[in-house]
Amino acid sequence: MATIIVNGTAHEVDAEEDTPLLWVLREQLGLTGTKYGCGIAACGACTIHVAGQPVRSCQMQLRDLIEGDEITTIEGLSEDRSHPIQQAWIELDVPQCGYCQSGQIMAAAAFLRDFPEPTDEDIKASMTNLCRCGTYNRIKAGIKRAAELS
Amino acid sequence: MTERFNLSRRGFLISAAASTGGLAIGFPLGASAQQLNELASPELNAWVVVQPDDTVIVRVAKIEMGQGTLTGLVQLVAEELDADWDKVTWSYPTPGENVARERVWGSFGTFGSQGIRTSQEMVRTGGAAAKAMLIQAAANRWGVDASEVTASKGVLTGPGGDTLTYGAVAEEAAGLEVPAEVTLKDPSEWTIAGQSLLRLDTADKTDGSRIFSIDYTMDGMLNAAIKIAPVQGATVAGIDAAAVEGMPGVQRVLQVDETTVAVVADTWWRARTAIEALPIEWNIPEDVGSFGMEDLEAMLTEGLTADDAFVGNEAGDVEAAFADAAQVVEADYSYPWQHHVTMEPMNATALVTDDSCTVWTSTQNAESDLAAASETSGLEIPQCEIHRMNLGGGFGRRGASSTDYTTIAVKIAMEMKGTPVKVIWSREEDMLHGTYHPATKARFRGALDEDGNLTGMHMRISGQSIFAGLMPFALEDGMDPLQFQGLQAESTEGAFGYDVPNLLIDHAMRNPPLRPGFWRGVNNNQNSFYLESFVDELAHAAGRDPLEFRRGMMANHPKHLAVLNAVAEGIGWEAGAPEGRAYGICQHMGYGSYVAAAAEVSVDGDRVTIHRIVAATDPGHVVNPQQVEAQIEGSFAMGLSASMMSQITMENGRVQEENFDTYPIISMWEMPEVEKILVPSGGFWGGVGEPTIFVATPAVLNAVFALTGTRVRELPIYKSGLSLG
Ligand code: FES
Ligand code: FES
Repeated sequence: MATIIVNGTAHEVDAEEDTPLLWVLREQLGLTGTKYGCGIAACGACTIHVAGQPVRSCQMQLRDLIEGDEITTIEGLSEDRSHPIQQAWIELDVPQCGYCQSGQIMAAAAFLRDFPEPTDEDIKASMTNLCRCGTYNRIKAGIKRAAELS
Repeated sequence: MTERFNLSRRGFLISAAASTGGLAIGFPLGASAQQLNELASPELNAWVVVQPDDTVIVRVAKIEMGQGTLTGLVQLVAEELDADWDKVTWSYPTPGENVARERVWGSFGTFGSQGIRTSQEMVRTGGAAAKAMLIQAAANRWGVDASEVTASKGVLTGPGGDTLTYGAVAEEAAGLEVPAEVTLKDPSEWTIAGQSLLRLDTADKTDGSRIFSIDYTMDGMLNAAIKIAPVQGATVAGIDAAAVEGMPGVQRVLQVDETTVAVVADTWWRARTAIEALPIEWNIPEDVGSFGMEDLEAMLTEGLTADDAFVGNEAGDVEAAFADAAQVVEADYSYPWQHHVTMEPMNATALVTDDSCTVWTSTQNAESDLAAASETSGLEIPQCEIHRMNLGGGFGRRGASSTDYTTIAVKIAMEMKGTPVKVIWSREEDMLHGTYHPATKARFRGALDEDGNLTGMHMRISGQSIFAGLMPFALEDGMDPLQFQGLQAESTEGAFGYDVPNLLIDHAMRNPPLRPGFWRGVNNNQNSFYLESFVDELAHAAGRDPLEFRRGMMANHPKHLAVLNAVAEGIGWEAGAPEGRAYGICQHMGYGSYVAAAAEVSVDGDRVTIHRIVAATDPGHVVNPQQVEAQIEGSFAMGLSASMMSQITMENGRVQEENFDTYPIISMWEMPEVEKILVPSGGFWGGVGEPTIFVATPAVLNAVFALTGTRVRELPIYKSGLSLG
């Protein structure tokens, strides 16, 4: 049994210590907003925040957590979709199928904190999550809109 | 233009018994409050339920997978119904309900860019009929003639200014006769349809609460990971189950059928971990087991000159044209295998008992999955049900090309009756067992006269047929008519846009051992890349401007020409590209829509940068402009991925790419801004989910040629020493 803190709550989880956080979140805690897309750190669908930093959770194992690490998933980004990224996403209809969007939003939220006034070049250089539906133009517009809303 | 339709009683069954009976079958476990209210609320017809609180539920037969069809269809119904948009919601009927009600919702199949265009008439008629019944119910209450009652935004107004909401009279309306005839609005009168309304299904995609098929869980559910034979025709020779049976969480290790092995565990991660450790021996057939890229190359090259070709389009006498030509231009092209890579890998949850088989899955064609569930379980159709879950992408893979994910889940669940089992394909299994974009080659010969006019052209396509691989019953005397998408004369689906006096377009079918499938855009992808690149070659060989050269052959194709002109103007063709950059242009027709694109590129060493894309589409009618624009952007992302960076290859009969590290797709870094031009000309209904993908590649590569003189004839572009970025 390991204890992890997710979205402000401590949970006891029953999983091997080499289990990726992605699967701990999805299968042990039922937090299915974090998605499986590749399992090899290539797509970003599984992006969460660990101690405030964006992390591809398919690559971080339970044993990699340092005691006291706070994990934030898409479910905990805000109570009511009020994070500026979420608001901008809704205002601009960014998602298509939506499958990659939890990861996009978590990556964008961390990016916006570091780049409160992002340029196109900043966004292009930092947003590396994949979207097969091809929502990139709107993700870019959404981040800029979120910067205005912040 | 006013459209009138007759309504048959059968098409709009409204008797309470029929509707309750239909809805009662296979209602999903854990029905939501909305679903329970829907059951108890008056159904005006198969498409419209109005609740006492004025909520309007529009039933949607087609499936939403990101393409926006859901919102568009609801807009069309709400438009004819004159509903209050803020009170409109939707629900999906199940395929079991559709069968029980004699397919009142028509086909659930959502592919071929058909979501709107093949059902608009049906759903608009449903909305209009429901409105007529609501009006009649209000007229009856007030004792006036129906012509004295008007409807607007969910409110009925009588001659004396009395008002009633839709919800107040829905019960009475549901008991009335269906009107024999309704008049649909002219699109010029639309206030809900035709508007850039926000999608109805965005909010839950922003907070993680949307449940995709892969997220579905049930009490007592187990999880399965699978391995499918890595070579077409290979079978399982043996497994050493004992090697993994003691691993954490493992409940069953089983050979599912001749080609598939599964491990069932409490969690999927444990099932996956165990199957990765499971020793499996395969019987690999020798012929396929030695097939590689050289064999594919040889097979397709042989077809370029073979005698056994099916003719798709023919005019005049091409050989005479070559004999008389001032100049003959020749070129060979090729297009590689591609994978769909839906971001959500294949998966399904199945529960089988002695007398029922239920599946929860993301599918583009739930009726095929229903048939697969019945066939696999040996149970009758009414004993089976499919619950349509949200799709993390479709692009032609799910249910449109194959229902293998459902079949495998049912087979595993049959071994564990009474226990629901969720089967998730790892990304690697998903990529190794796709339904791949077919591989083909093309050889062109073009005859130019002294004035640089195209007098004759032979286009020989050699390669893989989707129909032959997936559905041989659809072949016509051996020919795959779909092979000629966008190349046939006079087709309302996708007509060749040029007048060439002597023309021959034919196909030598060559089928390598890799299962083909319908991949967004389908055969239009290579047909447009081949044709629009070669037309560009001809223009340059003739010393003519590529736009002017095309225009000279398009006098009889005004709609093709209109979109071409729109992008030429949009990019500023006449003024010419900025210093150090060049423009490329192209057009194509498919899925009933006319599309064109222009690109502005620069090339630095081997690196291609796309500065601008201008894309135009004429789909006849546009139901939600901002969603059509989203589809155009998405088409460019997927189309450019295929031409600039992705390809599936094979060695020893085995697909070599297993994940995004070896099958890269476009990212934010390479993605150009796409400028969209919508020019709906009315009078027809074309699709929007696919068409603009056809023009992504030739627009960019024609620009690359104009700038560098390098003609890219093989994809992806790194085969020509170029890369995007
Ligand atoms: S699932 Fe973790 S990066 Fe793709
Ligand atoms: S919205 Fe579908 S993968 Fe990004």
